[in-house]
Amino acid sequence: MYQHTRLNNNKFGFFQKFKNFDYILLFCILLLGFISLATMYSTDGGEVLFHTKSHFTKLIIFTLMMLIFSLINIKFWFSIGYLFYILVIALLVWTYLFGIKSSGSQRWIDLYFINLQPSELMKICIILCLAKYFHRMKLENVNSIYTILTSLIIILLPMGLVIVQPDLGTSLLISISGIAVLWFAGINHKYFIYTMLGFLISLPFIISFLKPYQKLRVLTFLNPDRDPLGAGYQIIQSKIAVGSGGIFGKGFLKGTQSYLEFLPEKHTDFIFTLFSEEFGFIGSAFLLLIYAVIIYRIIAIGASSRSYFAKIFCYSFGAAIFVYIVINMSMVLGLLPIVGSPLPIMSYGGSSMLATMLGFGVVMSARVHNQQAIA
Amino acid sequence: MINSSSDSVKKFNSINRRMFLTGSLKFFIMIGLVSRLFFLQVKENKKYLTLSDKNRIREWKLAPVRGEFHDYFGNIIAGNFEAYQLHLIPEQVEDFRYVIYRLKDLLELSDKEFKKIIKKKNESKSWETLIISDNLSWKKFSKINNHLYDLNGVKPVISISRNYPYNENFTHVLGYVSQANESDMQKNETIKKNFVPGLKVGKVGLEKSLEEKLLGSNAIERYEVNAYGRRISQLEFQKGKKGKTHRLTIDTKVQQMTNKLLKDKAGSICVMDIYSGSIIAMHSSPTFDPNLFVFGISQDDWQLIRNDPMKPLVNKTLQGKYSPGSTIKPIVALSALENGIINTDFTVKCTGKTEMYGQTYHCWKKKGHGFVSLRNAMKQSCDTYFYEIARKLGVDKLSVTARKFGLGERVFGDLFEIEKKGLVPDTKWKKNALGKGWLLGETMITGIGQGYIQTTPIQLCLMTAQIANGGHKIYPKIIVDDERKNEPADKFTPLYEDSRNIKIVQDAMFGSTNEVMGTSYRSRIKDPKYQFAGKTGTAQVKKITERDRELDLKTFEIPYQERDHALYIAFGPYKHPRYALSILIEHGGSGSVTAAPMAKKLFKLIIDQHLLRETLNNKKYLDI
Repeated sequence: MYQHTRLNNNKFGFFQKFKNFDYILLFCILLLGFISLATMYSTDGGEVLFHTKSHFTKLIIFTLMMLIFSLINIKFWFSIGYLFYILVIALLVWTYLFGIKSSGSQRWIDLYFINLQPSELMKICIILCLAKYFHRMKLENVNSIYTILTSLIIILLPMGLVIVQPDLGTSLLISISGIAVLWFAGINHKYFIYTMLGFLISLPFIISFLKPYQKLRVLTFLNPDRDPLGAGYQIIQSKIAVGSGGIFGKGFLKGTQSYLEFLPEKHTDFIFTLFSEEFGFIGSAFLLLIYAVIIYRIIAIGASSRSYFAKIFCYSFGAAIFVYIVINMSMVLGLLPIVGSPLPIMSYGGSSMLATMLGFGVVMSARVHNQQAIA
Repeated sequence: MINSSSDSVKKFNSINRRMFLTGSLKFFIMIGLVSRLFFLQVKENKKYLTLSDKNRIREWKLAPVRGEFHDYFGNIIAGNFEAYQLHLIPEQVEDFRYVIYRLKDLLELSDKEFKKIIKKKNESKSWETLIISDNLSWKKFSKINNHLYDLNGVKPVISISRNYPYNENFTHVLGYVSQANESDMQKNETIKKNFVPGLKVGKVGLEKSLEEKLLGSNAIERYEVNAYGRRISQLEFQKGKKGKTHRLTIDTKVQQMTNKLLKDKAGSICVMDIYSGSIIAMHSSPTFDPNLFVFGISQDDWQLIRNDPMKPLVNKTLQGKYSPGSTIKPIVALSALENGIINTDFTVKCTGKTEMYGQTYHCWKKKGHGFVSLRNAMKQSCDTYFYEIARKLGVDKLSVTARKFGLGERVFGDLFEIEKKGLVPDTKWKKNALGKGWLLGETMITGIGQGYIQTTPIQLCLMTAQIANGGHKIYPKIIVDDERKNEPADKFTPLYEDSRNIKIVQDAMFGSTNEVMGTSYRSRIKDPKYQFAGKTGTAQVKKITERDRELDLKTFEIPYQERDHALYIAFGPYKHPRYALSILIEHGGSGSVTAAPMAKKLFKLIIDQHLLRETLNNKKYLDI
């Protein structure tokens, strides 16, 4: 009987796969996509303009891509882990050499049909790679110097390539994704604690190495009123927008802060501000709830997965998504200094959505193939 | 295999344990985010809502509508009219050069005007409103409106502006308005509060004194603006309050007559109601058109006014300090009577001159008047008589009486900033101011209104009015106050010791005008309805030398600057006095020749107008 099921699982049919979908997760992703479209429509001033159209197209393409990816066996994702990592590293090097320069940084490569930001892809890719690395490792080997050094190199290499772009925000997010994997892989607590302490102690030195605009951001975070029309402008205006939303918000398309162009970067990093202004505390809490459900489902899929690879990927991806959301919102709500970090799905930006949807695809694939063991 | 599977179990246990830890952490962080949202959106909502409104709502203040001035009969003497203006905000103009040259063509601006605009633009900030033209003709204004399509950023504006329909007639009463400047704002909080570019404020006269009441308050337009300050939509229009309209006691007809009489002369006329103290007319000549100043006076016009030797900018009625000449004699006589120095029977022999400590003091009549009593001395203005009684009286006693009747004090109190006190000298004053003892000879010349004594024409008018009303104190006023509140308590208190003394002086003044030999006999009016009493005065501007006396030149033979000032004070009608006036003509020669005939013309009009004033008052009374 058992044998029979196993066999069936290995080669179950196309429709069986659809049956195995996590429909709650899918529904949440689609709902989020819908909300993001509505918000994008509002940033365009209540008209279907460039951003709305482009976001809509990307949403359709990448959702379809996610569905296709979820049908691909989890074994495949396991097998391409290293290759994918090397490919993205190559893209990052390519970016460093031949990338498109825009507003002082070199983050994009021209792929003729799309401008790709490889650093965004790296956020997912590093999880895949490290998950594969730890998949077969014995627990007693995990804490060996060799393992730790190897995994640190895996993390530091893309970090370095992203920092030189320069893009501190994304490189931090990449490292957080990587560290999440290390944490779940079972690296000793004390290493994390020591690293944390070491980081805190060296913070003054790190700050001295920061670029002037980055220093300004930290100073501004500590006191936004220092320069209300300059560096502090974004954070002040963002807080005003969120705060003036109140419990029920100003109403769809009625956010004065964004409509009258007081909000900077409202399509990308600050999209939550606009949403929060128009839909208030109720709307924002609801959005957070959707994200919470998504993360919960990702963890649940991980828990129900048979393979260690799927488990560690899901847990780490869930943690990474969570960190992206928290960093973005904290920044918008004035709890953290401003670092470029998009809100998954909501923010405008193809590469970020591609990476997120890729992650969802792998998670969904883990769900569909949750009984799949990986040797 | 077992080994490997037990390792795998351990691995699964480890990962699940850590997942649990992470999950709990995530939960608390999520709670933290939600509470932050709650804090910002619910608890601090009011604060941020206010900030958001402050962000998006911007106010535009419009110039307030200035209160008007009406004369006693309700005619507008300073009003408002709609001026067509052209404003431009350089920041909002895409191609400033194009627009400005286009405007130059359309408005037919001269090169000079054009350069002025360019200069103004370079001096002001790019977001400040630049006023291209502040008073366009309707024709040009409509022309601009037709071409607005290619004049991006140009705003045609209809603005309320000051207008003085009687031009130069009221200048020295009302003053004028002009563009508010930095120092106006510093001196006056109300101006600062209501300031908008192009605001007109009073620079002198009543326009300045009553600024706070006249100014009114701004109309406010509230607009929603975007982050770049561009107006998106109008949210509200809050109407401003018009400034208070003031009704003056002045009669335009009489005021126009004073203008006519003093045309081409330098001088002053004021007419006063002797009971209420209402100013019926107050004029200083020469004058100028205040409308010139409203939109900024041109350099040529300004030089013309400023360099006029007759000094149109000086308000001679309030600012001009003159020796009163013989017009002081009623006060000298009154003082002597009050102090019991003389009585009506006291006589002096005038031989044409008198000597004191080796100094000769001349009477204006070389041959002398012979024996003169008080009445005759006043009538013929005998200087010798007044030398004598002044000597007996002493300057200190004289100065007390003079001050009682309003000399040496500002007539309008604080109403006019420019008003001068004049000077009533006494021994103490000289000791303090000049550090020298008083000389008896100085008392003598003070008795004929020469020497240190200085009075303004309005003081002389008040003095005459208080003699005419039987010696009662009055407070001159120029604004009709309907409320009749805070009238000084000592109004109408007697200024005399014995009312008979006032009668004696009044009678002497009657003689001076209405009897043969009187100095202003030629200017008399026989009809008792208009009959008035007065006193001439001729004030020397320089010491008369012996040579001058021998030459005895006619007025027109003396250079203008050396001619005597002509003065005349009068009240009437004599039977039931109601009005007093004072006339001064700078370098007009003899008071009896130049000044007194003007009084004749004036009294006719004043008395005729009196009936109208009374009917207006009675009618108003009936209305209630």
